[in-house]
Amino acid sequence: MTARRLSTGGLIDRTQAVDFSWDGNPLQGFAGDSLAAALLANNQRIVARSFKYHRPRGIMSCGVEESGALVTVGDGDRRDPNVKATTQELYQGLVASGQNAFPNVRFDVGAVNNLFGRFLPAGFYYKTFMGLPPFESGSGTGYWMWCENIIRKAAGMGSASRAPDPDHYEHGHLFCEVLVVGAGPAGISAAIAAAELGLDVLLVEQDALLGGDLLGQSDAQASRDELLKALAASGVRVMNRTTAFGLYDHGAAGLVERVTDHITQPDPNLPRQRFWTVRAQQTIVASGALERHIAFDNNDRPGIMTAAAGRHYLNRYAVLPGQQIVIAGNNDSTQIVAMDMAAAGAEVTLLDARADIGDSTALKDAGVQIRTGTAPLSARGKTLNSIQLARGLPGAWQADEKLDCDALLISGGWSPVVNLISHRGARPQWNADNACFVVPEEFDGVRLAGSAAGVWQTQACEQSGRHAAMQAAKALGKTVSEAPGVSIGGWQTPIEPLYEINTEGRKSKAFVDLQHDVSSDDVRLAYREGYVSVEHLKRYTTLGMATDGGKMGNVIGLALMAEALGKDIPAVGTTTFRPPYTPVAIGALAGRSVSEHFRPLRRTPLHDWNLTQGATMTMAGLWHRPWYFARPGETINEAYIREAATTRSSVGLCDVTSLGKIAVQGPDATEFLNRIYTNPFAKLPIGKARYGIMLRDDGIVMDDGTTWRLSETDYFMTTTTVNAAKVLTWLEELLQTRWPELRVHVTSVSEQWAGCAIAGPKSREVLSACVHQTRAVSNEALPFMGVIETALQGGIPCRIARISFSGEMAFEAYVPSDYGPAMMDLLYPQAALHEGCLYGLEALGTMRIEKGHVTGAELDGRVSIDDAGLGKMASPNKAFIGSVLRQRPELMRSDRPQLVGIFPKDRNATFNVGALLCAADEISGMGEGWITGATHSPELGHWIGLGFIKGGVDAWQSKIAVAADPLRDQQTEVEIVSPHMVDPSGERMHG
Amino acid sequence: MIRIDCPFCGLRDHSEFSYGGDASINYPPLDAPAEQWHDAVFLRENIRGRQLETWQHTSGCRMWLNVERDTVSHEIFAVWPAHRGYGRVLHAEKENTE
Ligand SMILES: [Zn+2]
Repeated sequence: MTARRLSTGGLIDRTQAVDFSWDGNPLQGFAGDSLAAALLANNQRIVARSFKYHRPRGIMSCGVEESGALVTVGDGDRRDPNVKATTQELYQGLVASGQNAFPNVRFDVGAVNNLFGRFLPAGFYYKTFMGLPPFESGSGTGYWMWCENIIRKAAGMGSASRAPDPDHYEHGHLFCEVLVVGAGPAGISAAIAAAELGLDVLLVEQDALLGGDLLGQSDAQASRDELLKALAASGVRVMNRTTAFGLYDHGAAGLVERVTDHITQPDPNLPRQRFWTVRAQQTIVASGALERHIAFDNNDRPGIMTAAAGRHYLNRYAVLPGQQIVIAGNNDSTQIVAMDMAAAGAEVTLLDARADIGDSTALKDAGVQIRTGTAPLSARGKTLNSIQLARGLPGAWQADEKLDCDALLISGGWSPVVNLISHRGARPQWNADNACFVVPEEFDGVRLAGSAAGVWQTQACEQSGRHAAMQAAKALGKTVSEAPGVSIGGWQTPIEPLYEINTEGRKSKAFVDLQHDVSSDDVRLAYREGYVSVEHLKRYTTLGMATDGGKMGNVIGLALMAEALGKDIPAVGTTTFRPPYTPVAIGALAGRSVSEHFRPLRRTPLHDWNLTQGATMTMAGLWHRPWYFARPGETINEAYIREAATTRSSVGLCDVTSLGKIAVQGPDATEFLNRIYTNPFAKLPIGKARYGIMLRDDGIVMDDGTTWRLSETDYFMTTTTVNAAKVLTWLEELLQTRWPELRVHVTSVSEQWAGCAIAGPKSREVLSACVHQTRAVSNEALPFMGVIETALQGGIPCRIARISFSGEMAFEAYVPSDYGPAMMDLLYPQAALHEGCLYGLEALGTMRIEKGHVTGAELDGRVSIDDAGLGKMASPNKAFIGSVLRQRPELMRSDRPQLVGIFPKDRNATFNVGALLCAADEISGMGEGWITGATHSPELGHWIGLGFIKGGVDAWQSKIAVAADPLRDQQTEVEIVSPHMVDPSGERMHG
Repeated sequence: MIRIDCPFCGLRDHSEFSYGGDASINYPPLDAPAEQWHDAVFLRENIRGRQLETWQHTSGCRMWLNVERDTVSHEIFAVWPAHRGYGRVLHAEKENTE
């Protein structure tokens, strides 16, 4: 006889049988079961294999602290490893399997690790592989890699699906006056009390059912119903299946709501989970307490679980965990468990480490055998069949007789769940009377209530919840009557601390952290090897670093370390709890921000028009821009070379809408521009544009662009595409924090204007055919760097500047965004008359490299204005941002890398962007420079590049450099030339 | 996550804001000696405790704000507009409505 389902009782629905599969075998449970409950009801004792030693493990708890029953749920692309069977709701068709075992958890080849257990103590990896790569340089890489392969296979947990996550997740935001975490007696009472005071309350519970500890009590259903009725009437917003996994600054909390994890065939429109950000003014944490295990030999055998878990399985799921049940503990909480088990028909023995357990009449009346001063010394059987007892002597244990049993329920005391308040920085303090860590009642708007505050009795927990609600209301400015607080504790007979049971000199496999197979010997070994701080202990043994975050093992580990050190637990301290309280799926954190929604996409108003013309698009920052316009049969190379050549010989059109555009307006706009640009702006006439460079405070180039003067007080500034937001923020910062006396306003107008570059010798002919008045764009009316505000045919308002990025005679025309396609419909047929073309980013890049124009690839945040060859743009006659620090000696050195053009020595050869420029006789290390741009030049008929090299052209006039590309194993001899590779005098654009 | 009470928009998540820098720096005139610029640009205290800093409400009103914040607890003691003139206007508005 072992675990079995009872015919009556529990909160399950016996009319609804639920079929599920465990390791390929069909089993049945009931609606309302957890997977663990259903496995237990089917007497599945071994459900997992341990992390390091492959020891058989069973169900050890009934909640999030589970460290035994870690299973894989689902299959295919929905395979979810390391699911705690204790928190997984059963549903029709659920597929679950054991993990870290071959061929299965009941017979596992890897269990031989267990026989060699003494070879895998704490620090095994460090000791075995230290001195070998990857830890140190030297020989032996192959040995480590060979071992790693085997170790990684042998030690581990479930494996995740390699397929993309088929589910979707959502993010949501919530606000409330009071957030209550945990819907046990304390949490529900707190929520009701706060709502009755008129507060907006949100109550969240990780379980599917509300009630917390009441769910595990045999006689609490009436009081639970009553609480739930009052809760429903109170107006509290309740979220079940929702875990508050972290508390953050200023009242923020992170929640994960499991929407469909318990449903066989969810509505495809529902997200699997929702990630909620809550902003609460006050928070009450009623997250309960977790029962601790005790370290003794084989304390991990299937059949051993916490006492409260046994009671929960009995009363909530109507599963009696055994027939011959031994309950062992050191505190009062085991007595009610013994009574319930006996009442359900089990043969019950209660072991208590304490000599005195108070009045035990009721226990005896219920037929419970009592042994005081007794504890389990060792568990026997692959699945538990008996235990060896130990009798307490002063300061030691002595082996005693053997006792047959099929279930052993343990209580080593209770640890309040102080994790959440610790996230906020509260330091838990050791309470010796109750042998647990507690946290001060209030910390920065967060209050603890119920057993999370160390209050043990149900009634007192409810009172504690109401008290916390009153205090929260008071903090929110409500006038409240004083509710008496509740002192922590509540047991009749004090707990007697008990962390490990062993006799002198007896070998024992006693686990402290079951999920990571950390034993009491490992803790002592760490101590002997000098790891005395808690944080070191944690990292050396991996204690508390498993998926349960040390919920079960941390306190025992601390206690054993304290004992080894001969200190008290408070002197040893505790490790810091960090979010998340329980694991959170990466998918939930990502929410909808996946694949194409990973970042925003920006399209220009000409997007559809460009596509209609056959554009192949590419990403430029967040923007989607035309890359090239291939004609039938053309490759990208053929297309961009044709586009660049056509533009230089006739005319080309290019969508330049993505350039940043900023309106700079106000009486002091001229003075402002004169301070931020390196070149003079004080005398820029109305109707003229000027190319400008702005520096950072430290003298490094920030951005470049043209600024057009439209009127006395109105300027139109363009920035590079990538720096549009950065420049606006910078201008705002200067105006608001440094120069508040300047009467200037800056506004982003990037979205207001659609832009087209018209470039090439035929550009004026094209434009003049499209403007309302032909003479508006004549050489006299619109000379080089001239600006006009006019209209296109049909009355489309338009501002045009004669500026050139390609080096040809060129114009940039801007129309209100909605007119963008109409502008193109005017321009393109005119261009076609001259056999002109549309060109994309690739041809744009080719022409700017030919001309040696810099972009973001060159202005990478390390380059001074002199490095970029633009030193003459820095006015010596005025002060501007960066004018002082740009003259730092280091920035003025003549051997700094400077902008140069690059030709392959063999004109048929090529090189890549990113290649290093090295001296021909020293191709090693970081080289003398690097390449930022490379292209085929249709104008020159060979490959060319832009880049930086120490000393610039002057230093390399008669020297051959090598473009070295070690990643692509390519070396090309190159000549260093002036960056102005085509039309250096600029005759064409002045036209 | 910290929350900042923008004087123009109200209490908002910090994800709406961008951190600027040290608000206690007085930037020298553009033509000041290099030493002054060096100190203003490169020298920073690494304060444990109350710190004066600038933030911009980038996804809101785009105002630059001075924020006094504790770098350990993240407690925010005060928030006010970096631009004195805006601060005065805001103050006058509030007085008028009260
Ligand atoms: Zn704002």
